[in-house]
Amino acid sequence: MGIIKTKDLVFEYIRRDEEGNVEGISRAVDEVNIDVEKGDFVAILGHNGSGKSTLAKHINAILYPTEGTVWVDGKDTANEEFLWEIRQEAGMVFQNPDNQIIGQVVEEDVGFGPENLGVPTREIWERVEESLKAVGMYEFRKHSPNKLSGGQKQRVSIAGVIAMHPKCIILDEPTAMLDPNGRKEVIRAVRALNDVEGITVILITHYMEEIIHANKVFVMDKGRIAMEGTPREIFSQVEKLKELRLDVPQVTLLAHELRKSGLNIPEGILTTQELVKALGL
Amino acid sequence: MLRDITLGQYYQTDSVIHRLDPRVKLVTTLCYIISLFIVDNWIGYVIAGAFLLMVIKLSKVPFKFMVRGMKSIVFLLLFAAVFNLFLTPGEVVVELWKLHITKEGIRLASQMAVRLVFLIMGSSVMTLTTTPNNLTDALEKLLGPLKVFKVPIHEIAMMMSIALRFIPILLEETDKIMKAQIARGADFESGNLIKKVKSMVPLLVPLFISAFRRANDLAMAMEARCYRGGEYRTKMKPLIYKKRDGLAYGVVAFYLAVCIVFGKVLW
Repeated sequence: MGIIKTKDLVFEYIRRDEEGNVEGISRAVDEVNIDVEKGDFVAILGHNGSGKSTLAKHINAILYPTEGTVWVDGKDTANEEFLWEIRQEAGMVFQNPDNQIIGQVVEEDVGFGPENLGVPTREIWERVEESLKAVGMYEFRKHSPNKLSGGQKQRVSIAGVIAMHPKCIILDEPTAMLDPNGRKEVIRAVRALNDVEGITVILITHYMEEIIHANKVFVMDKGRIAMEGTPREIFSQVEKLKELRLDVPQVTLLAHELRKSGLNIPEGILTTQELVKALGL
Repeated sequence: MLRDITLGQYYQTDSVIHRLDPRVKLVTTLCYIISLFIVDNWIGYVIAGAFLLMVIKLSKVPFKFMVRGMKSIVFLLLFAAVFNLFLTPGEVVVELWKLHITKEGIRLASQMAVRLVFLIMGSSVMTLTTTPNNLTDALEKLLGPLKVFKVPIHEIAMMMSIALRFIPILLEETDKIMKAQIARGADFESGNLIKKVKSMVPLLVPLFISAFRRANDLAMAMEARCYRGGEYRTKMKPLIYKKRDGLAYGVVAFYLAVCIVFGKVLW
């Protein structure tokens, strides 16, 4: 079993009217089976309302399955005994950087997680230093988070999670509110974590460019896993992606159209360089 | 501009007073305020003034910052002084039409003024040399014993520090909403008071909704980072008394004793 595994996971939001009668049930996650190996960089794609965030919240035991099971490092998330262990092992970074920073100074915020875990003071300082260095925010440790840019704030949030020494980190659209530069910063930091520290990464996003570095991609639609494979396998199915209302990166789209018009180039071109090479320029 | 607002008025510099444990500063301020109400003769006020001057000198905060804090209470000060001056019965010194200024009135008014000025200055020394964060920590630690009576001290302190963290964010948001509403023709400027208050509704409603949404997000983020109240929690920056803190307590105790002896007992 991998570090994260779900089996027939179903989650239903129940809408109630004012008297508490059930008005309707919507299935946010529907029979999802995923298996993530240790050290993987997994991307989960999907347009708004596809259930990707709901799925993410199950991995951190913020939501519990209506049906089916989620295991994190072999522990069932529905078992309350493991709650805090699971939350420590599977750290989570959310979308809005302002709403997840608790400390008034960068270093205090990074220390918040370890403080909650009851780590001794001296070790907290060591962890804060090492995690701020890992995301390249060490020189900002004395700053107020209010004065940082979006990308910097999000890197601080990531450091806050790393300081808890998780085995796996789940990022729920961490770049949705950032400008292109901030987005690049954050993705670079996340990739470094995966490459250097060997932390398993689950990146939830709707930006296609961000999934190129993943070694496994799940595409979600209406709560189900609609596609699964490597980025190249996913991007070679341009028509299907369009059907799922997802934007394909420009290069991939161009290559696809060229191929359709009869040029001899392979499917699933991911970068400009690849296209240039395929065209023999 | 709004990003720079901090609650309180912390003045960043490095001094003995800044380095003191916030608990010491909190207790000292409390003792100082008590001392101001114990003494009731001029010797006592001179001692209190000298103590204040010494602390201000040690804190390396420019004197004008202390005076700045006074501006807000000038009106209150005048009000209290004038009432005391004219309305205290006793031996009449000056008579102006129907108003009498009495000897006791002069004494009471000047005492009141000195007390208020010292009180405000004394507490601004504390807020100028201690970050709000440190103050919250100190409160949590000092009120810790109340936990026995099931007072949720840790939770209150956590709420205070979260409130402090969100003040600039919410201010910025207010600014944004205000601009958005002005762009749609909202008028926050003209009209009488009632009209002005009414015009705040389109500002406050979105602000409240957004604040609740933020609170919800923050609670989730805190839980995701294993927050479960004050139990089992360790501190990144624990408050530990150092030698100088003990010394400071000694100085304060000495000051209080002197105040009682000279300000109360001997005269």
